[in-house]
Parts: sequence; C-alpha cells; structure tokens
Amino acid sequence: MQEIHKHFINNNRRNFLKKTGLCIGGLALGSIVNPFESSKEDPFSIIKNQLNLPHFAPKAKRIIYLFQSGGPAQQDLFDYKPKLMEMRGIDLPESVRMGQRLTGMTSGQDKFSLVGGVTNFKQYGESRAWVSDLLPYLSKVVDELCFVKSMNTEAINHDPAVTFFQTGSQQPGRPSMGSWLSYGLGSLNKNLPSFVVLLSRGTGRPKGQPLYSRLWGNGFLSSLHQGVQFRSAKDPVLFLKDPENLTRQERRKMLDYLSELNEEQLNMFGDKEIESRISQYEMAYRMQTSVPETMDISDEPENILKMYGPNSKKPGTYAANCILARKLIEKDVRFVQLYHMGWDQHENLPTQIKGQASDIDQPTAALIMDLKQRGLLEDTLVVWGGEFGRTSYSQGSQAALKNNTYGRDHHPRCFTIFMAGGGVKPGFSFGETDDLGYNIVKDPIHVHDLQATILHLFGINHEKMTYKYQGRRFRLTDVHGDIKHDLLA
Amino acid sequence: MKKNIAFFVIPFILIILLKYYSSDRFSDDYIENSNVDFEVLNVSNTPETIDFNFHVNPILSDKCFACHGPDDKQRKANLRLDTKEGLYQMTEDLIKRVIDLDNLEDSEMIRRIFHDNKSIVMPPPESNLSLSEYEKNILKNWILQGAKWKKHWSFIKPEKPERPEIKNNDWVKNEIDVFIAKNIENQNLEFSKMESKEILLRRVYFDIVGLPPSIDEIDQFLNDNSDNAYERVVDELLKSKNYGERMASIWMDIARYGDSHGYQDDTERTMWPWRDWVIHAYNKNIPYNEFITWQLAGDLIPNANKEQIIATGFNRNHKITQEGGVIPEEYRVEYVADRAITTSKLMMGLTMECARCHSHKYDNITHDEFYGFYSFFNNINEKGLIAYGDFAPEPKITVSKNELKEGLDFIKLPDSLDKVTFMVMKETENLRKTYVLNRGLYNLQLNEVKPMTPSAVLPLKKQNGNRLDLANWFFSDENPLTSRVVVNRIWQQFFGVGIVATPDDFGSQGNRPINPELLDWLAVTYQKDDKWDTKKLIKRIVMSSTYRQSSVTSDLNYNIDPENVYLSRFPRQKLSAEMIRDNILKTSGLLVNKLGGPSVKPLQPDGLWDEVTGGGGGSLAKYVMSSGENLYRRSLYTFWKRTVPPPTMMIFDAASRDNCEVKRQNTSTPLQSLTLMNNPEFQKAALHLSRNIFEKKLSLNEKINILYRTITGRIPNKKEVTMLNNYFDDENSLNEEVVAFDKLCMLIYNLDETSQKS
Repeated sequence: MQEIHKHFINNNRRNFLKKTGLCIGGLALGSIVNPFESSKEDPFSIIKNQLNLPHFAPKAKRIIYLFQSGGPAQQDLFDYKPKLMEMRGIDLPESVRMGQRLTGMTSGQDKFSLVGGVTNFKQYGESRAWVSDLLPYLSKVVDELCFVKSMNTEAINHDPAVTFFQTGSQQPGRPSMGSWLSYGLGSLNKNLPSFVVLLSRGTGRPKGQPLYSRLWGNGFLSSLHQGVQFRSAKDPVLFLKDPENLTRQERRKMLDYLSELNEEQLNMFGDKEIESRISQYEMAYRMQTSVPETMDISDEPENILKMYGPNSKKPGTYAANCILARKLIEKDVRFVQLYHMGWDQHENLPTQIKGQASDIDQPTAALIMDLKQRGLLEDTLVVWGGEFGRTSYSQGSQAALKNNTYGRDHHPRCFTIFMAGGGVKPGFSFGETDDLGYNIVKDPIHVHDLQATILHLFGINHEKMTYKYQGRRFRLTDVHGDIKHDLLA
Repeated sequence: MKKNIAFFVIPFILIILLKYYSSDRFSDDYIENSNVDFEVLNVSNTPETIDFNFHVNPILSDKCFACHGPDDKQRKANLRLDTKEGLYQMTEDLIKRVIDLDNLEDSEMIRRIFHDNKSIVMPPPESNLSLSEYEKNILKNWILQGAKWKKHWSFIKPEKPERPEIKNNDWVKNEIDVFIAKNIENQNLEFSKMESKEILLRRVYFDIVGLPPSIDEIDQFLNDNSDNAYERVVDELLKSKNYGERMASIWMDIARYGDSHGYQDDTERTMWPWRDWVIHAYNKNIPYNEFITWQLAGDLIPNANKEQIIATGFNRNHKITQEGGVIPEEYRVEYVADRAITTSKLMMGLTMECARCHSHKYDNITHDEFYGFYSFFNNINEKGLIAYGDFAPEPKITVSKNELKEGLDFIKLPDSLDKVTFMVMKETENLRKTYVLNRGLYNLQLNEVKPMTPSAVLPLKKQNGNRLDLANWFFSDENPLTSRVVVNRIWQQFFGVGIVATPDDFGSQGNRPINPELLDWLAVTYQKDDKWDTKKLIKRIVMSSTYRQSSVTSDLNYNIDPENVYLSRFPRQKLSAEMIRDNILKTSGLLVNKLGGPSVKPLQPDGLWDEVTGGGGGSLAKYVMSSGENLYRRSLYTFWKRTVPPPTMMIFDAASRDNCEVKRQNTSTPLQSLTLMNNPEFQKAALHLSRNIFEKKLSLNEKINILYRTITGRIPNKKEVTMLNNYFDDENSLNEEVVAFDKLCMLIYNLDETSQKS
C-alpha cells in the first residue's frame, strides 16, 4: 500500500490533472481515474468538468438497467387485459391494427387471432397493481415500482430496436447511455470503471437473440467511457489476471520499475502523455484487486443469497448478476448494465415465458429490497424492460393456438417497463393501453422521452449534454425527448 | 479547478498574442482559429484583420446556421446567413438589413448579438447556444471592416502557392519544410534538431511498413554514413510488400471492412480477396485516381477486366442484415445510403449524412442533392434481406484457381480451395428511379431526383451520369476537394493530426487548415506534378526535415505551442492497434510475414463469441482458433466479426468497422495496460524472445542490451541500464535467472516507448 501512496503523491506533485488537462483526453481521463482521494461525502465534487454537470441537483447518482433482451410480452406479465383473455381466437379487428407495420414473420399470416395472458392476474400492495401469477416475488414489491405501460418505440426488429434503446439511434455507431453518463458525470470511484456490463442467458429460450458489444460501446466519445464487461469467466475483465508465476508483490515491483523507466522517458522526450499512461497502469493495478473482490460473492451471508433465489450462487446467471449489480453500486459504479437474453417468444410462449419470468422474478425483487435495506435505493435508479413489446394476437397456426405452442410477434406500439428508486414515484403506474393491449390510449412515452427522463433524474438537461462530432452537437435523445414529470417523485 | 482553466487559456493567449502576418491568398490570423475553442478566448485577443472564412464563418456556422442556414425547413424569420445574399438582405420586417453595407454600424446583426433583452438577443437563450464576448467582437469588427464575404475555403479550387520567404534555409530539405519553417519563424518558435538515427529509423519503418526494424537493419543504418543512407532505406521500405499491408490497414477503416455481415446474428461473409486486391494495388502503386475509380466504378469502365470488377467490392463492405422479419426495402435503402455517405466522407470530407433527413444544417447540401448523390449507388440488384448463411450475396464474382494466373495472383487462394466467390458491384439493366425520402425513411417518397453532385462543391455537368461519371467528377481538374482531402489524410498518417484536424469534415463546421498553403501545395503537386503517385507523395513527406526532426521539445516551444500545431517538433504518437500487436509478434520472432489470404483467428480469450450469440451465427457461433502459422499473422488479417470485434484491436482504439472512419481515437485506458501486461498472446511472444536471447552465450549486460534494442529499437542509456539491471536482480532474488529475464522482457514490452512512435 505504501507504494500506491507514493504514486499518488508523485502524481500530485506533478500536478497530474493540470498537465493532462491540456489534451483532449484530459477531461475524460479525469473522469475514470481520479488520482486523488475521492471524497465519500460528496461524490459529485470530484468530477466537476468542462461540461459543468450536473445542471441541477440530481435525484439519482447510480443506475442499474436490467435490460430484457428480446422483448417481453406485456400482456403476460404486467398489462392486465381481461377482455383480451375473453376474446381468445377472435381475429384482431383492422380498426385496432390501423395499418401497423408487421414484421416479415407474421405479415404472411392470414389470421391474427387474439390471445390473452397465459395466467391469471391479481392485484397487490397498497398501489393495487395488477401482476401476473408468473411473478410471485415481484408482486410483493409493487409498492416500490413505477410502471410505465405506455412505452413505445419506432423499431420492430431486434437489432435496430435494442440499439435504439441503448444509444438513441437505430443505426449502430452512437454512444450508449452508460457512456453518455460516464462522459457527462464522470466516475464516482477510483478503483472500478464507471460503466459495467453483465450478461446472462434466459432459461425460457436459451437460444434466441444475440447481443452486440456495440450496445455498450462509446461511439464517438472517448474509449474511456466504454462499458466494461465483467464476465463470469476466470478472467472477469479481459486480461485482468496476472500470469501464474507472478505474485502481487512482483507486479507492484514491476510497476514501480516501469514507472521509473517511463519517467526517464518523460525526461527524455518531454511527452506529457506519458504521465497519463503511468496512471492508467496504476488504475489497472487497482482493478486487479477491486474487480475480483467485487465478483467474489462467497462472503455474502446465506440469507442474502437465499433472498436472490436458488440461482444466486451460479456465476453468470441473472440472479448472480443482480447480486453483483448491488455490489458494484455499493462501490459507486455509476452505471451497471445487465442484459438478460431469451425474451423473444415467437413460438411456445406459454412454456418459454414461465422460464424467463422465473429467471428474473425473485432476483429482481430481491435486488430492489436489498438496495432499499442498505439505503441505496434512494439514489439508485433501477430500470427493467426490453426493446419492444409483443403482439396481442398469436403468431403461428390455429393449431398452435389450440395446443398452446403459439408465440407473439414483435410489437412496437406499446409495452411495459418498470422503474424503482432513484427519484421515481413508487407504487405508481403511468399510461394506459386499450382493452386489447394493442394501442396506447393514454400518456404515451417514447424511447427518447424515457432517456430524457432518466437523464433528468441524474440532474442533466438532455438538450444541453451534447458532444460535438463531425460538426454536429449530438445528444442521447437526438432532437427529441420530453421529460415525463409525472413519473418523478 | 480555476487553475485548470487558466492552464487551458494561457497557451492560447500566448499563441494569439504572438502576432499576425499576412500573405496573398489567406488573411492569416486564421491559424489561431484552427484548433482553438472560441468560447474560451478573451476579447483582447480579437485579431486585427478579420477573415471571413477563418474567423467569421466558423462562428456563424456553429451558432447561427441551425436556424438561419441551408436547411429551409428549419429556417426562422426567412433569414439565411450561409449565403452572401442572405447576409446582406433586409430583415423580415423590412426595417433594416442584416448587414448594411452602406451603413455598417447600423447592421441589425450587431444590434441583435449585443442586445440585453432576452427576446431580442441572438442566438436566443432557448437554443442553448450563446456567443462569447470574443465571438461577438469578431462579428462586429468584421462588419465594421467592410463585411467582406468569401466562398467557403475548401470549395475554392486549390492553386499552388508561391514559396514563402524564410530565414532558416539550412533547416529545409524540401518544399514542405519551407511552409512549416514559415510558421515556426512567425510564431517565434525554435527549430528542432534532426532526430537520432535509431529513433528515426523505427519511426519511418512503422509509418511505411507498419513493422519495426530488426537489430541488423538498425546496425546497417547506423553504420551507413553516406549522404543518402536514409533515402535508400525509404526507397527499400516503399518497395517492401509490407508497405501494401500498412496502407491497407488504414484503408480497411475507411472501407468499413469486415468478415461478417454485421447485423443481428452476424454471419460470415467472404470479402478477403478484395482486401488482397487493396494490398496489391498499393504495392503496385496504382495512381490514386485509378485506385478510386476502380473501387467506385470498376464495373462500368468500358471492357472492364476482372481486376477492375474485383476492386468494386469496396462498396459492398457495408453491413447487410439477415434478421428474419425486417422489411427488405428499409435495409436496401440503408445500404445505398451507406455507400453515398462513405463515398462523400472519403472523397469530399463532407458529412453528407446530415442531408439524408433534411437539408444540411451547416453545409450547403440540399435534401435533393443528397438523394441525387445517393442515386449513383442505387442501381445494384441486391437484396435488403439476405438468406441465412449466404457468404456472398448478389451481385458477386467467382475467381477460380486457373484464373489466378491471368493477372489475378494477388488473391492468395489457399491450396484447399479451387475458387472463391465474393461480393462486387454491378449496375442493373433497368435503372431504378430515385426519390427524395422524407426524414430519410424508406417508405416516405417525395419528388424524384436525377444523379447529381453538391453544386456548392462543383455541379455535375453530365445528365444522367453513372458511378463512372461520378468518379471522373472527383478527378476533374475543377474539383476543389479530392486532392486536399486525400493529402490531408496521408499527412495524418505520418503526423497523427491532419493539416485540417477534422479529416472527415472539410465543411463549415470542420476545422480550418492550420497551414493552408502547405495543404494546397501538397494537393496540387500530388494531382498535377505527380499524377496521383502515392509513393512519391509519401517519399516527399518522409524526406522532409519536418518529418525527420526530433520529437524532443524545448521549454520555449512547449510553452508557446503545447499541442504542437505548428510542428516545431515531431509529434510523438501511440502506435496503432495493429502496430502494437505486430510489433510484439515481429520483435519476438513469432511473426509469420506472409501476404494475403483468408482472415485468421489468433488466440483470444475463450467464450467471447459464445456468450453473446443467440445460438445463431452459423460458422461464427463459436470462435475456432486458427492453428500453425495463422496464429501469428499480421493483425490486418485478424478475422473481423463486427458484433464482437477482436478485443486486442478494440482496446487499442481500432475502429469498429460499422461505418466508414477516417480517424481513430487516441486514448489511454487501464484496459490497455492490462492487455499489455497480461494478454496470453503477448506473454507467449515475450517468453519466446527472452528464451531466445537468454540462450545466447553472452554476458548478462549484452543480453539485456539486445533485448532492449530488439523491442524498442534503441540502445538504452546508462540510467536505463542500471534500472533494468536492478529489476533483473530483484526478480533474480526470487526466481531463476532465466525466469527473471522473462520478466524483464515483459517489463520492456510494457514501456511507454515500446508502444510509441517517437
């Protein structure tokens, strides 16, 4: 530890930030590596930057985004439609469809037979929220949740739709939301990246939609803002592990010599960038301890592991990732992005959705309550949702409907997500869909509106946080986005 | 934090205080504006003589054009400030002129930008834009000085500037140096010494062939005291086959090359024969005009040969979807737009994509013009949605083993294959009609448009032109952009930053050239004198003192010009991702220096592909590592799966290949440090090298010396030798000698210098 301390002093003496502030990377660098002590009391004090952010007092300081990749069916989970259940087998009236674009997967279908939720729904909590019987654990925490039943998007296929949710553009190449927050607000901690990504595979449909590393890419922002994937593999971050024949002491020694030799080169070449590279090695060194520490859940008490459910000890599962998400939040990681795959139920929905629902039900509920009992829910925003919804009519043949092997196709016009903590109204539901769960009848929220609202919770005016690239000022919300004040606590 | 801001501002102030001189073509205080953020400038720095292109238009563009620019749909108050007429017009209420040439002080612009009232001041507060005091003063002073308008600088055809008068002619090796010396003298900077031979050699090796010199090559150069020793090295490097690989690795970013289709399940495609052609074309030194014409329109050249058709693969490198359920036309439109956007960025340095949804907000490119340009690329018989597992969707070409002998032997077909099929361009017989698309949406067609080019740049005279006419238009003598854009990109290859720091934006929002005379001199020389001979241009650059000077800086120079915009020293640069890995492979002795062929899959961490697939992906569902020599090929040949690109490349700022990129990021991150320390591939290479050297019958000091020289290309100084020895001793106290030597080797691979071009 003494050596690390020496390095801080060393950097301090050299007025590290002042010098690197001259380069473009200077600002970004300051955001991921703060060579000085961070102050626990007011994390925002350490990340003041050129952007002068936040624009106003934030409600949320951290976020866990539980992305449900594939597009969960709202009718089967949260958007209770008794009439739709009654109308099983009846063709979707054209007056309801109103020219909605279909995907190539159902555009050839001659019948669009309606089908309701696969199980019963009941009302729960003081908020009397309707929840499907598929979600016994989440139904117990509805009073913490802020449902949005009127989400809508423009894309009807996975790749453009997920990319749109994560980056504000259907075409690849823009920075993801986590990168924007890292760029805008910087890091709250000095040992871990500010944007961490965790992946898990659904048991409902283990083979389904792929993910793409560009979803957590930094786009045109500095690579310092890219999401860093923490994997359940033996190297949780790529190349984190030292070779087996190198002890920690030896690594420390190697870094000390490296830094001495690099300083000699600094003297020789006068390239101030060398200092920033020295400090990146120090950050790497710290991550070598901090990442495995975080990934190790062996010291979690049994009652906590139990709370997250039977899969919580299995690395790489959604449950295990939820525990990791909480630990990362405890360590002041700004943005924890989970992806849970397998929600693309084009067939066999009644079977598959049970698996998917049980994957996420207990761990999500546990995560929210765990954050709450630690006092973290107050300033941590939790978001649960997919890239689009699913149709109220069935996909597949009439026989498939009859023997419950039907599916649902993609539906961009309405779907449900929920949020918790971080400044949103608990026990609240916003927006309504029609009796068939096909169109929004009240308070639509577009993807850009959600993005604007999330940024608002972080104290950011979404129109003002821009990055100039190729002559244009880019925003996460492009040229759109209305803050939905109704959702705010 | 206050100190921080001061530190930002002071150097700029110093630069600006340093004075202005004038030449014939440009009024030359522009230099201060090229890389400067206006918003931090102090009023007192307002230059005396104000130039429209270099001072005024950047402000108008950035702060006014969004509402008063080329886009008529967004235009407020029927007022546009991007044209001469617009600037001198009456305001909407017909009371005053925006700029009143008869009564300059009475111009409405001055009144509006200085007004206190929030409802009158421009730009209005709700735009989230505001003018700094400096910017207001620029606008005001320019008006008071006569408000002289000029055409946008890059749209004026370049002419060869006169050789400027300079004092220090001793420093000059060729014309490039004259233009650079002029700036150095004007800024009162000191001239730097020439670089040491060792460092220069490594620099020029990386720049031309992308690989470091061996100790033998270094020694040979050090021992060669003849006057043309350096020139001989340069000539040899330009003749080396590795030159084509180095140039191709830059071209892959521009061409958005990938070995997979890029969307959703991201299945495999075959395009490597096109990549082999690029290497070949560079090595053969095909003139740039042909290099481009073949790629854009090789299929349309009368009696086109197979090689010319193969070159058109360039415009099939965009992503293609196989996601069931998409609407094919939506994606086909996306591919056509990608070609138009790529071509405009590459050839004109313009961000035409802004005009895809509406007329461009900053540059004079209309919505119609975008689709007129797009129409050149709209006549391919292609599918928007391709079949799953289609490696080469139509139009395509097949090259058989027998044909290789007929001049196509640049395609390095493996023995196991009899033929290879890949994508190319082919014009449909019945030309498609092209419509302007409202908001860029595939199904919202507006008016029909005919092929056209942006008229602000240069109108296309020919009616109903095709891609070949477009290629000819790019290389017409009248085209103001082609030569500037390409020499700027090649300059960037050597100096890290272009003369125009925004190689992808020569429009009004882009940077102004830091040295416009040099840019134009290079452009005209390349086009007219050298007839697009790229090797000649490169030789000219690397033979200059500007290139051969030391990267070491004096305090004086550092204080005046910390960012080295005037190039009073060689700008030290990080090696590219490919170079970092290739350097490790080459110096360790593992590199298999073989040209071309199918892409290879070197060692990468397990599971990276599996954990994101949805089970699909066909041949790319799982990463199947190559074997034998394919593990150690140059990084140019590493298989590029677009949705999970090779981590070692991405960590070091490689482009993702989703879109055309002409400039990479340059960052330092902890992930880079981790990769250099622990990437098993690098570990393996280090071990290979250290064992080879350690086995030699030499003293420890000699071994350390060889090790250091092999990796960094430089003999370590005394202090460094001591430190290296100390580290070895420390490690040796814990390990066997040979293991300590391994660790020393890893340390040297992690030195900053190892990953730098000094």
